[in-house]
Amino acid sequence: MDYVSYLDYKGKHKGLLGWILSTDHKRIAILYLVSLVSFFLIAMTIGVLMRLEMLTPGKTIVDPQTYNALFTLHGVIMIFLFIIPGIPVVFGNFFLPIMLGAKDVAFPRLNLLSWYLYIGGAFLVVISLFVGGGPIDTGWTFYVPYSLRTQSNVTLAVFAAFVIGFSSILTGLNFIVTIHRMRCPGMTWFKMPLFVWGLYSTSWIQLLATPVLGITLILIMLERTFGIGIFDPALGGDPLLYQHLFWIYSHPAVYIMVLPAMGLVSEIIPTFSKKDIFGYGPIAMSSLAIAFIGYLVWGHHMFSTGISDTSRAIFSFLTFIVAIPSGVKIFNWVATMYKGSIETRAPFMFVVAFIVIFSIGGLTGLVLGSLNTDIHLTDTYFVVAHFHYVMFGGMGLLFFGGLHYWFPKMFGKMYNERAAKWGLLLFVIGFNTLYFPMFIMGYLGMPRRYYDYLPEYQIYHVISTVGSWILVTGILILVINLIKGLLSKEKYLDPNPWGGTTLEWKVPTPPELENFQEIPTVEHGPYYRDNLIKPENSH
Amino acid sequence: MNNEATIGHAHVHRDDVGSKMGMWLFLFTELLLFGGMFILYASYRFMYPENFKVAAMHLDTLIGSVNTILLLTSSLTVALSIVALQRKQKMFSVFLLMFTVAAGGAFLVNKFFEWSTKIGHGIYPKGPEMANLSDGEVVFYGLYYVMTGLHALHVIVGLIFIGFMIVFILKGKQTFDNHQKLENAGLYWHLVDIIWIFLFPLFYLIH
Amino acid sequence: MSENTHIQESSAAELQHPGYGLYILVWAGLVGLTTITVALAGFNLAGLTVVTALAIAIVKSLLVTNYFMHVRTDSPIFKVFIFVCIAIFLTMIVLTFFDLTYRFPLK
Repeated sequence: MDYVSYLDYKGKHKGLLGWILSTDHKRIAILYLVSLVSFFLIAMTIGVLMRLEMLTPGKTIVDPQTYNALFTLHGVIMIFLFIIPGIPVVFGNFFLPIMLGAKDVAFPRLNLLSWYLYIGGAFLVVISLFVGGGPIDTGWTFYVPYSLRTQSNVTLAVFAAFVIGFSSILTGLNFIVTIHRMRCPGMTWFKMPLFVWGLYSTSWIQLLATPVLGITLILIMLERTFGIGIFDPALGGDPLLYQHLFWIYSHPAVYIMVLPAMGLVSEIIPTFSKKDIFGYGPIAMSSLAIAFIGYLVWGHHMFSTGISDTSRAIFSFLTFIVAIPSGVKIFNWVATMYKGSIETRAPFMFVVAFIVIFSIGGLTGLVLGSLNTDIHLTDTYFVVAHFHYVMFGGMGLLFFGGLHYWFPKMFGKMYNERAAKWGLLLFVIGFNTLYFPMFIMGYLGMPRRYYDYLPEYQIYHVISTVGSWILVTGILILVINLIKGLLSKEKYLDPNPWGGTTLEWKVPTPPELENFQEIPTVEHGPYYRDNLIKPENSH
Repeated sequence: MNNEATIGHAHVHRDDVGSKMGMWLFLFTELLLFGGMFILYASYRFMYPENFKVAAMHLDTLIGSVNTILLLTSSLTVALSIVALQRKQKMFSVFLLMFTVAAGGAFLVNKFFEWSTKIGHGIYPKGPEMANLSDGEVVFYGLYYVMTGLHALHVIVGLIFIGFMIVFILKGKQTFDNHQKLENAGLYWHLVDIIWIFLFPLFYLIH
Repeated sequence: MSENTHIQESSAAELQHPGYGLYILVWAGLVGLTTITVALAGFNLAGLTVVTALAIAIVKSLLVTNYFMHVRTDSPIFKVFIFVCIAIFLTMIVLTFFDLTYRFPLK
């Protein structure tokens, strides 16, 4: 069969329909990419507005109720529409089947359905802003009893989160079956690329944790509509049980966000170090370990809520345990770089930035994980800084890293590498200027989600707001640079620009409709380098 | 260009084990959806042991037991219908599935009468009787309505699944050597059964 | 491209379903257990009420999964999956109760 790229083939439908009705995993990935980046930019704009409001004490640009709606929306959009689906739905969809030597995921139509659920959920979020009591103001955590009492449109927003959660479940289900059933001949479990291990671990969390959130959100809807009294303390309910159920999902969700990102790091580092990965087994197993332990630590979000001392001690202990598999990964990545002939290309620089930023996020997590310091720091800007370092610096940064790594493969085009590096530099400077002062003001007692503050905090808020401008400049440079590359006439058809060893670098660029003319057979581990075609344009 | 022809039915790929695996994974999500409710049930029963006993006294054990037998029997007939199909006894298979639908329908009718009796007594969220009940009893009935309601919803979905299977068998789309869809519908129905196996003692048999 | 239908370990061919007889036997067992659990509810077993009711429910669900859902004869991977799923669910309950048992001590 002739080679026809997945971007060019003509199916039953033409134009836009050829995309939104296609069950090809690569086209679905692109649909997700466009949706995700759009939502990211919207939520980022909201974040910038929040920072602008915090520039001065009292009112700067918006009133308090609007500020409540802004931070809720920023959280809901970023978490449910960008970070959680994030890497799996874009890069997982695009590369999982190719990396396994398969023609598609196990259930292609289900895959398209999850995109529709995702978009449907996003649509509901938007509707919820304009109908009923207006934009939701509870924060993304929807804590009871406030979420039962507020006039804002919690019911619809919560339903939107439920629908998006269902989309997430279906993606996880699809990936697990794909990984179990569709590996090509020779691709044993321990010959899978580490990105696949990251996706596999994540998928299990999506599958087993999301339903708990689902039922919790349903209960909020029922409680608001019928007053069934399961969480409402006025009717005998226990609001802390809401928090338990909410974090039973939402803590593991943190690992849904970060495990695929870590898998991505394990792809990029061997490629640019020109070495086999160091400690394949431990990295793969640490993904599973993080996924499992991630189920056991949710209580650390509730240390100051009045849960029992016993459970606080247990949850604190378990929280420290998570640091072990994360450390295993970091050590193995660094060991992979050791004595490698490192090429400092743009995607690699993203990974370096990730390791530094994520380590700060991870270590401050330990500060919050200890009971006594947490009592002082809980619900302050310290927490805000911590989770932005972990999530934005972890998953967000690597989302761009992955985009720069796989961009030529996905589109058959190339971006300007200098611009990418400059964008990244501004990103890192802006990021630290924005979030590091938050550690300090949090430590000094600035509470999160407050509209107003005492004048002594202003200097930190000003630095932070200036940081947000630098960060946004960096992000815009990255995005515009990629769009420019995408729109340029010049094709970039090198199948393996970075000298990667996994299967996606052995198919033509961009990949064709069913990825492989003939299903490949694998003989070596994913990062085995003897059979490498040396890239001609390496410098 | 021969790629025109291959779009849509790109490659005919049949993987029964994969399909079954997908179904099982879906069942796990259902299990944990109810799991969240079971955690709540366990917690509140622990917090209000006496109230739960009092409230459970007012549920009709007889209706509960009859419904249990109905669901168990309907599960049996689904399992048997697969054997029948494998033995190429197509019409017997359809008959067994129809029995399942009848039993599931009877379950829902019972449920309907049970709920309406309770509602008739003013025992429902925000109902007139609720103000006279203790906190624990209010929570008990809240859980009762949500959990049995959610379960009834699953019964309805299961019945629709099985209805489709009847059509598929009659149209020859599910046959003795290709019936993974029927197996999956069966798995779903058995899960609905298992959840009831736990709901029944937890709500009707506290004394 | 390989256009042919490839059937991977068709489960229909792989496992022989047991006959009608075994299923009916299992059903009889399930009905029997239901009778027992209803009958036991009439007695005052004090602290054992929940334990016996749950034990019987667990036996019943094991019968359904092993025979009606034929996990017993399926590939072992399904047993592993079920084990993981149940283990995570139980962990959730146990960790929640670490909180509850101290906030609401037994009288």
